[in-house]
Amino acid sequence: MIRAHSSWSYKAKGFLGEGFIHVILALIGLLCVLPLIFTVSASFSEEKDIALYGYALIPRSFTTFAYDYLLRVPGQILRAYGVTSFITAVGSGLGLLMMSLVAYVISRPDFPFRKQLSFYIFFTLLFNGGLVPWYIWLTQGLHLKDSVWALILPYLVVPWYVLLLRTYFASLPQELLDAALIDGAGEWRIFFKIVLPLSTSSLATVGLFLVLMYWNDWWLAMLYIDNHNLEPLQYMLYRILTNIRAMEASPQATGMTPPVWTVRMAMAVLATGPAALVFLLVQRYFIRGVTIGALK
Amino acid sequence: MLELTRSKPIQPIGEKPGQQSVWTRWRKRLRKNATRLLMAAPAVIWIFLFSYIPMFGLVIAFQDYRFDKGIFGSTWVGLQNFRFLVSTEDGFRMTFNTLFMNGLFIITNTVASITVAILLYRIQRRFVTRFYQATMFFPYFISWVIVQAFVFALLNSDTGLINQQLTRMGADPVQWYSSPEHWRWILTVANLWKSVGFWSIVYFAGMMAISPELYEAAQVDGANGWQQTLYITLPLLVPLVIINVLLSIGRIFYADFGLFYIVTRDQGLLYKTTDVIDTYVFRGLQRTGKIGMASAAGFYQAVVGFVLVFLSNWIVRRIDPDRSLF
Repeated sequence: MIRAHSSWSYKAKGFLGEGFIHVILALIGLLCVLPLIFTVSASFSEEKDIALYGYALIPRSFTTFAYDYLLRVPGQILRAYGVTSFITAVGSGLGLLMMSLVAYVISRPDFPFRKQLSFYIFFTLLFNGGLVPWYIWLTQGLHLKDSVWALILPYLVVPWYVLLLRTYFASLPQELLDAALIDGAGEWRIFFKIVLPLSTSSLATVGLFLVLMYWNDWWLAMLYIDNHNLEPLQYMLYRILTNIRAMEASPQATGMTPPVWTVRMAMAVLATGPAALVFLLVQRYFIRGVTIGALK
Repeated sequence: MLELTRSKPIQPIGEKPGQQSVWTRWRKRLRKNATRLLMAAPAVIWIFLFSYIPMFGLVIAFQDYRFDKGIFGSTWVGLQNFRFLVSTEDGFRMTFNTLFMNGLFIITNTVASITVAILLYRIQRRFVTRFYQATMFFPYFISWVIVQAFVFALLNSDTGLINQQLTRMGADPVQWYSSPEHWRWILTVANLWKSVGFWSIVYFAGMMAISPELYEAAQVDGANGWQQTLYITLPLLVPLVIINVLLSIGRIFYADFGLFYIVTRDQGLLYKTTDVIDTYVFRGLQRTGKIGMASAAGFYQAVVGFVLVFLSNWIVRRIDPDRSLF
């Protein structure tokens, strides 16, 4: 599908030549990462510099004060990290397993209920009850309010990813699976020993999307979590960023004026850092996932 | 597995081969696929619990719902919630904002990402392409909470970068968070920033699937680079663009909650241009306690949204059955 086309000469000439294209693309790329550079820079700046001169690309004076301040009493942040890590690990692991199991079943051409089951899954993409009934059912029916499971369960099965995984699994050589079946391998064995090992890169792609979905989530916490001890990182950051009092109310602030701007930015860096690192390491999987999803 | 090795299916006594009842056939199919059904069970149960049961909850749009009385104890009020919704200006405003802003996003995203994809496609060195793609894709992985921090750093009235520049140039600073007229383009830019990388990868993938022979033929005919883009790349990309735009139009009744709620910091003064169905429903449920109007708006969104998603997928199926949901 993807071919390098360096073999044929496809030259951009004149005013809109290749150099010019590079300038435009580099500018757009810079715009995409610039806010992050500003944030990192601000987090290492002096509070008064920001108040006086505003944000700068390179800090006027280098200080780790904001980080010291945040990490002096690290309880709140460490707990949020713990919650986020827990929901990310459990949620993406469990979700990936459940989704690949059902995707495998509906990818088998000889499964007699594949049409009905596919419809059952994908109908939820066409129609849903919306926020209010969903919220009422989860709080009144399933009693998930202020439970860590409220941050995990609602995202376990994403029909889009089931669709994607089904496409991947259906492209595996079905004769191979049939042969294994005739040789006496059970369905579980075929799934774990043949299907999963053959689809590692697709599983990695979906798995990484799940990791990011859980890591970046504030929505479920906003709805279901009132207990600050159960707050994931992004929601804690949201409260701190939109409400200075959330910071001042913490015991760390006693006896001194909190450095509002730099601390907010340091908080943003701490919350994004791990996700940004993961992205840098594995972005080719994401790009490949989108590429395959685009054409299916 | 055993069934496969058996030479002849065992017939229940009293039934002739080929005359099995529907029930027996089903039972056999179920037994034969017991393991597979068990594998599918966790997801099937999950979907029932988290997607299908809430669908029945839509009936609360016709109730005066009270948390203490529950769905079975609350009074039925017919269309009263809808009448309230229509009587205020909220209903029209949130519908207009949802459609208008999503329409704006579809147009800007499509135009910008195709442009970027064309530029990427015209670069010879694939390694550099990947580098640009990675930088532009990066914002896609940033949560709206962080985007909100960036936007606030730019726009807040004290230390905001833009107001500082304005003051420096001798202009009056703007109170961005109380001026709704600016937020149509602020949100458009924020949305574009976050998604242009994603969509340009989609369209770039579409371009890579075009056969190189077409370009070779065009070169023989003496077409230059931009002519090739105009007469080969773009026309061949049209089906992919149409499908993606149609699928986006299908989702036009659903707004990105994070963008409209978090990035605007839920500032009441901005509702005129930023209040969409999703933010309205959320506020009714969690902040103002107007459950009736929230559920009426949610019902309206679910029904109209369903019609739109259904229609768009129905059209997509006629163009490319593989891309349709059904």
